[in-house]
Amino acid sequence: MLNMGPQHPSTHGVLRVVLEMDGEIIVDLRPDVGYLHRGIEKIAEHRTYNQVLPLTDRLDYVSAAINNLGWVETVEKALGLEVPERAKTVRVILCELQRIASHLIWLGTHALDIGAMTVLLYCFRERERIMDIFENYCGARLTTSCFRVGGLMRELPEEFEGLVRDFLAYFPARIEEYDGLLSANPIWLKRTKGVGVIGARQAIDIGLSGPALRGSGVARDIRVDEPYANYERFKFIVPVGKKGDVYDRYQVRMEEFRQSISIVRQALDYLPNGPIMADAPQIVPPSKEAVAEDMSALIHQFKLLSKGYKVPAGEIYHAVEAPKGELGFYLVSDGSEMPYRLKIRGPSFVNLQALYQMSKGCLLADMVAIIGSLDICLGEVDR
Amino acid sequence: MIVRHITALLKGLSITLKEFFSRKSTQQYPEEKRQPYAAYRGIHYFRPGENGEERCVACGLCAAVCPNHCIFIEAAESEDELKHPERQYAEIYSIMLERCLFCGYCEEACPKQAIALSRRYDMAVNTRNQMIYTKDKLLAEGLELDEESVGGEIKKTGRRSLWGA
Repeated sequence: MLNMGPQHPSTHGVLRVVLEMDGEIIVDLRPDVGYLHRGIEKIAEHRTYNQVLPLTDRLDYVSAAINNLGWVETVEKALGLEVPERAKTVRVILCELQRIASHLIWLGTHALDIGAMTVLLYCFRERERIMDIFENYCGARLTTSCFRVGGLMRELPEEFEGLVRDFLAYFPARIEEYDGLLSANPIWLKRTKGVGVIGARQAIDIGLSGPALRGSGVARDIRVDEPYANYERFKFIVPVGKKGDVYDRYQVRMEEFRQSISIVRQALDYLPNGPIMADAPQIVPPSKEAVAEDMSALIHQFKLLSKGYKVPAGEIYHAVEAPKGELGFYLVSDGSEMPYRLKIRGPSFVNLQALYQMSKGCLLADMVAIIGSLDICLGEVDR
Repeated sequence: MIVRHITALLKGLSITLKEFFSRKSTQQYPEEKRQPYAAYRGIHYFRPGENGEERCVACGLCAAVCPNHCIFIEAAESEDELKHPERQYAEIYSIMLERCLFCGYCEEACPKQAIALSRRYDMAVNTRNQMIYTKDKLLAEGLELDEESVGGEIKKTGRRSLWGA
């Protein structure tokens, strides 16, 4: 028996894995989760729909914007609210930048686990630029809360486009750098090729999603299969692997860097002018100018922000493609201002189930590579 | 095979060697402080009124909109017309910063543009009591902060075109 974690640097947080070993070979293993459980789903039952938004930042804290998108789109779907095109496009830009940021964390820590420390430093350097873009837009680096039900939190600041364009010009060469450091490196190949293999059939059975599923050769991407925001407008390829080993998942995510860059570029070129909030006074609070001048707007603001708005009774499931996989929100509303029940399908949690199939019979050291390639975030596993 | 491995290794080493001569991207934190962008959501402060009055009228909207209920307000009536032109003012106003999520909802909600989030981010203190920001502390914070640390233009207008429909 061997306890790995919960304070082990390569478990990416507070994951504890109880291992049964035969020498160096793993005979049996049991992931023990729950060390970071904060009861977000329960807390959400006592918060208005707007107040749940900052909580979603804390699910997968390295891709907060995409969690925000998942939540606001779920509520919009329940309300039947149509969001302006400009808001949708900005959402796509921010979410794809967030995907790159999340994958950069994955690449850095994954490489660090396997023993290549340099990559971590480079990845964080590039990520810092994305954090700057987010900070410039919404005022926070990690816990963004950058969307609102009905649109966006604010109009784009002046420097925004310049910062994003700079990043787009800067980043592709960096991907080649990582490629040069890792893709053909004999140590990297030895540690990743043929390790943690999972077949397509089995991957679907477990319910894998995201890059972990695409690494096994299943071209499933919610952005393409069930487009949300305005993803149907942009052209991109869904990269897939062949064998489903750690190396294939690595290649899939490396290609996703390039595809995300391409989506951001297309979206930035397309970005239409227009309003950033839906025309729905029942949901969207009045502007600050109106509140300062108009008494009825002031009363409306008070009513809306202190009580919240009612969402029609019913059940809604909405999923977005988070960097880790399918992030779904299952919302049950009883027609009041607060969710009756909220279930969050965290991709990390479902993907973690594959750890057993992937690492059984492997060496202990290989399991570190496998956890890295699953790209779990414990904030999302435990919620 | 060996040749391929060696070339791959040399390629990697050449990249790391190149970085050796490039500009440093790190900062020496306590000595060199990073200046966040103007929109940054840091520690709260009370914006001073144009004639030195208190802007806050203790309407309680910030407390209502706060997701973690970390704002506590008790309203009172005032006789001092200069300091409290709208009569009602906050006798007690405190924010439990330990609980704060720094989502900025209070700033977005405030109809008087009284409360705002500054660019200050170093909030380490020795005791938990110091994390409770009372009205005096918030007012002092607002007077103390110069244009630079709250983000120039924002202090003047007190808004970031939030909720802009």
